[in-house]
Amino acid sequence: MKNLRKVLLASMAMAIGGQATAALNVFTCEPEWAALAQELGGDKVSVFSATTAQQDPHRVEARPSLIARIRSADLLICSGSQLEVGWLPLLFTQGGNGRIQPGAPGYIEASQYVLRLEVPKVVDRSLGDIHPGGNPHVHLDPRNIEKVGQVVTARLSEIDARNAGAYRARAEDFNKRWEAAMQKWRAEAQPLKGMPVVVYHKDLSYFINWAAMREAASLEPKPGIPPTPAHLAELVEQMKRSPAKAIVYSPYQNPGAAQFLSQRTSIPVVPLPFTVGGTPKAKDLFGLFDDTIERLVAVTK
Amino acid sequence: MHRILLCVVACATAMPVAQAQESLPQMREELKNLQQKVDELEGRVKDAESTATQAASQASARPQTESALNPGISVILNGVYANLSRDPATYRINGFIPTMGDVAPPTRGFSLGESELAFTANVDHLLRGTLVGAISPDNDTIGVEEGYIQTIALSRGFTIKAGRFFSAVGYQNQIHAHAWDFTDAPLAMRAFLGGQLGEDGVQLRWLAPTALYWDMGTELGRGRAFPASLTPSGKNGAGSLNFFTHVGGDIGQSLAWQTGLSHLRTNPRDRTFDDPSAGITDSFSGTSRLWVASGILKWAPNGNATDNNFKLQGEYFHRNEEGTLVFDSPGSAIANGFASRQSGWYAQGVYQFMPQWRAGYRYDRLDSGTVGIDTAGAASFPILAGYQPKKHSVMVDWSPSEFSRLRLQVARDYSRMGEADNQLFLQYIVSLGAHGAHTF
Repeated sequence: MKNLRKVLLASMAMAIGGQATAALNVFTCEPEWAALAQELGGDKVSVFSATTAQQDPHRVEARPSLIARIRSADLLICSGSQLEVGWLPLLFTQGGNGRIQPGAPGYIEASQYVLRLEVPKVVDRSLGDIHPGGNPHVHLDPRNIEKVGQVVTARLSEIDARNAGAYRARAEDFNKRWEAAMQKWRAEAQPLKGMPVVVYHKDLSYFINWAAMREAASLEPKPGIPPTPAHLAELVEQMKRSPAKAIVYSPYQNPGAAQFLSQRTSIPVVPLPFTVGGTPKAKDLFGLFDDTIERLVAVTK
Repeated sequence: MHRILLCVVACATAMPVAQAQESLPQMREELKNLQQKVDELEGRVKDAESTATQAASQASARPQTESALNPGISVILNGVYANLSRDPATYRINGFIPTMGDVAPPTRGFSLGESELAFTANVDHLLRGTLVGAISPDNDTIGVEEGYIQTIALSRGFTIKAGRFFSAVGYQNQIHAHAWDFTDAPLAMRAFLGGQLGEDGVQLRWLAPTALYWDMGTELGRGRAFPASLTPSGKNGAGSLNFFTHVGGDIGQSLAWQTGLSHLRTNPRDRTFDDPSAGITDSFSGTSRLWVASGILKWAPNGNATDNNFKLQGEYFHRNEEGTLVFDSPGSAIANGFASRQSGWYAQGVYQFMPQWRAGYRYDRLDSGTVGIDTAGAASFPILAGYQPKKHSVMVDWSPSEFSRLRLQVARDYSRMGEADNQLFLQYIVSLGAHGAHTF
């Protein structure tokens, strides 16, 4: 028992000592928010992402490693709108960290600061795994990155007031670069206007909306239900009547269904990065949009 | 906005004649520029319009009534068809003191399992409350399976839970039955925890500030169920004491693991049990000490469990009991000195071989170990005769969505000495309402 107490005290001392010197711990649910926090926080923050581009943010588990990370987080950034509903609530109760609970300054639910698309009029599980708050994959509209970025800067300055000046300077710099990039992307994405695409899941809706593309169909018969042979057969027929320009999917989705449809309709398959780290070129947020637009424009030529 | 558009278009069409004489490529260039401007303006109008309509719809989407603060409510429904070669009414685990808990297989034929009703919400900025009611279909009673409050904002990694909750003894004990990978509990949980141990008490847990997951905690309980006394002890203070610790983490992207150790101490007084093989009621008083070691390893390629994943889980139980065993306590009541050292374990693997489909195997093994009884001798307690119960279970399940599961399980159960019970279960489990979140 004496030894136990020693270990306990030592660990607590470590915790207290550690917090005084270390950078602000930012816990993000998705890699795009990790990239944004890194852009805006620079060397003042230490960023951790709970998921990678290869993982479906709706279907990860409340692993011990995530609980350990959320325990010492000072700021949490997640897409929200029930995207992480299967695991984040457990991290909140298991982590016992008051700084990042909903309502605290350290809690940012990104989708609450942008206009959400596809807010369902009728909510019923027979329609698949729909999110009553609307489509949660808000990061693929570059305007949303800017909006969430403003919130992140404000919270960083609030939590870590000593470095508020540095955060403001970084935000100004980032906004300048982002505005310029958006102008460039707008011009580059001109050929995508009205382009019909087949998606796997409704996770690209914000990009499709931004680029004024058209979602012709989705490989999932209903959100969250994997593609079925019957539904794919229907899609083959539909594509014969009015073919789409591309079949797109994200790194965490099985390419099988997309390839099946492509073989029968000779519509090209375009794997998209979806988020930071999804393709070798999507190293940061700028690369994410550069690569997404480049890959899609390539099939319009 | 429309006026600007009209103006732009009008200007573009009503070009002065002088300009028309200029070279064609230059005109084309200008037209292209104008077209771009029109497109841009169109885009802005569209943005503004969609923004306005969406803002309106999202503002009205939020419920303004008091029901806006209703807790998350979910309902679990489950039903079983059981085909058993032995009558479940005669179920016993030879070599072990009967727990008088809910350990027998479900009745033969069709039966409705326990329906669960769960409410959960944050109470305020400090507390979260959870109530899980279990509605038993046979005797029309509603039991409180769990009902507790829990702190959410204590600093330095501390969490306190108070009320009725599944004890953090071992791994699977804390998980609700609908989230288990097999239809029934492992033999070890039945023999050492009476099925599943829910305790009334307080739990204090501390999570270390390390990147490697490490927690430890303790539970003080009343001792409301096996291995404590079944009847209220009537004493102040704690009737059961549990210590636990877990360590866990990731190995690369694809592997996640957790191990745990717990120690449950109770001092049962007159813990009665029916000895089905002797047809009488006996009782035990003394000390009961249980150690449980558990390990879980989960694999998914790149941590993406959607298509394929594998879960390996095992627990080892060891219990020492010492005290007096009273033979035929309501009748002749002969007290005997008693000491036992018993153990058991199980290991199971579940593999998702394609989306929505999983298959799994579990092996159960118990060892009645050493049992010492003075005076009257072991002959008076035929249920405690030395035996090593074992069981093989194989299951396949299909989950069409996150909210439903159909399962087929076949098992050969050697809980009864010298009698194999061939079991077949067909089960459905569905959840309605709030999206559930499951522990690792």
